[in-house]
Amino acid sequence: MPPAGKHNPGGHLRSHPAAKGAPAESPNQGLSAIERVRLARNPMRPQTLDYVDALFSEFFELHGDRRFGDDGAIVAGLGYFGKHPVAIVGHQRGKTTPERIKRNFGSARPEGYRKAARLFDLANRFNLPVITFVDTQGADPGLGAEERGQNEAIAHNLELMSRLEVPVICCVIGEGGSGGALAIGVGNVVLMQENACYSVITPEGCAAILWREATEENVAIAASAMKLSAPDLLELGVIDEIIAEPPGGAHTAPAEAAHNLGVAIARHLERLKTLGPAQLRRDRERKFAAMGNAFLQRQGVENTRSIG
Amino acid sequence: MAQNTEPQPDPARANAQPAPAPSDDIWTKCPTCKEIAFRKEVERNLNVCPKCGHHFRLTVSQRLAITVDRGSWREMFSELAIGDPLKFVDSRPYTKRMAQARETSGRNDAVVVGAAAIEDRPLALAIMDFEFMGGSMGVVVGEKIARLFDFAARRGLPVVVFVASGGARMQEGALSLMQMAKTSAAIARLRDARLPYISVMCDPTTGGVAASFAMLGDLNIAEPGALIGFAGRRVSKQTVNQELPEDFQRAEFLLAHGMLDAIVPRHQMRFTLSRLLTMLARRHPRRIRK
Ligand SMILES: [Zn+2]
Repeated sequence: MPPAGKHNPGGHLRSHPAAKGAPAESPNQGLSAIERVRLARNPMRPQTLDYVDALFSEFFELHGDRRFGDDGAIVAGLGYFGKHPVAIVGHQRGKTTPERIKRNFGSARPEGYRKAARLFDLANRFNLPVITFVDTQGADPGLGAEERGQNEAIAHNLELMSRLEVPVICCVIGEGGSGGALAIGVGNVVLMQENACYSVITPEGCAAILWREATEENVAIAASAMKLSAPDLLELGVIDEIIAEPPGGAHTAPAEAAHNLGVAIARHLERLKTLGPAQLRRDRERKFAAMGNAFLQRQGVENTRSIG
Repeated sequence: MAQNTEPQPDPARANAQPAPAPSDDIWTKCPTCKEIAFRKEVERNLNVCPKCGHHFRLTVSQRLAITVDRGSWREMFSELAIGDPLKFVDSRPYTKRMAQARETSGRNDAVVVGAAAIEDRPLALAIMDFEFMGGSMGVVVGEKIARLFDFAARRGLPVVVFVASGGARMQEGALSLMQMAKTSAAIARLRDARLPYISVMCDPTTGGVAASFAMLGDLNIAEPGALIGFAGRRVSKQTVNQELPEDFQRAEFLLAHGMLDAIVPRHQMRFTLSRLLTMLARRHPRRIRK
């Protein structure tokens, strides 16, 4: 593994002693990757609106993308974090069956990402820090989503988030499923709860493609191979800090889980608020520009020649 | 997001495989109209079916040869290669898969980037190699694309990318996913420098590549019939529980839904790019932040 901080030229993010991850004593440490996936998907696990309740005051929800509709899979709004007005965006999976249907099980459609984009833009113009909560198996893959440009909606957010000149703090609180997660996940700081997961494809999808069949055994093997757990992702430099969960997972003591998350958000927000607008953008750009570069090598090859 | 990163059977090759006869290389069967034609004749026709206009996939060398001015291509960053960040093993270790792909292609990864000229107009150019692990995007592809955009922003050059990719590379896990953000941020810098980016989506353009730099062109162009989509057709069908339109996720479907500026046949591509780059050329160059 590369030395810590090598893949993060904005190294001050890592210099916090507390930014080293969960306490060594954590009872969740011995869990396998697939056990963490199950915890991340636990229907009782706190979701975005639970954290909105616990961590923000005067939340005012904002609806719609002004283009097509209002997507229940993404919750967006304004509120106070302590004394700071902030913009809040998060996936909402839903808990009861009717709510899950209303929320499309947390799989956002293009209008959800465009609602998020509207909030990002609003935050940027009114100098509001952005706090996001990532919790989705992936963006909606249906016909309507394709017709309305799911690819474009996600891509647009990636570019937009990279240029924001306000603090952006992203919290992976459940399943961080691929591009549908990253579309609200480009932050100066990416926090991840201890039992959350974050990956390029679901373990089921990965097993079906690379192991030919998504049997229970293959899914478990794929989950482990994909390095989707918080400790693995901290080592890879994909996330910045692991947020401890109560023993047995966030759903066993939601108030404690929210408290831990809130403390970390407050600490990072204080620090990010000392940076100027251009610095905030550059800090985020550098962080993502360095992703994976610690694993690059140089290997001689013959250059492609123009045959023309 | 990560699509099937294994190369789909190339129609031309798929046809050639079952017959071990020396006629392998002489004939080619069009997957669209099923006509059998001389391979040489198809190749002379830029690998477009002379009967129905089906666009066969091109190799990087074929694409270069029909796109850029003779002798103008200068490849960059070709030495960049990835180790095995996840120590990933499925049916075979990632290192073995990569060694084989490198051996077969003579390249380190699934994209070539560099400087070139089209009709004497200089540009920064990327061509993805679908034969290299399905054109999948890992750290090297993301880094080379990002470096190309930054090179173009520094030099005041327009960018053209020929996309052909199944999506993010699963064997590099979340690091592949993060390349979507890396490349998109680089495009933001090029846009701020007011330099044009033309994305040319070829067959196929799906998954994490489609949901990042492929869709962010100032102009989004596609080759006829190219598969362009977010999720696999099977996934979409299961999800919507209904028959999908016949042209679902084809370039024509995207054009009809407002996601593309144009579909440009291969014979007109070079000329079209030249025209568009001329029209978008900056009249008032301005420097940007380093
Ligand atoms: Zn044909």
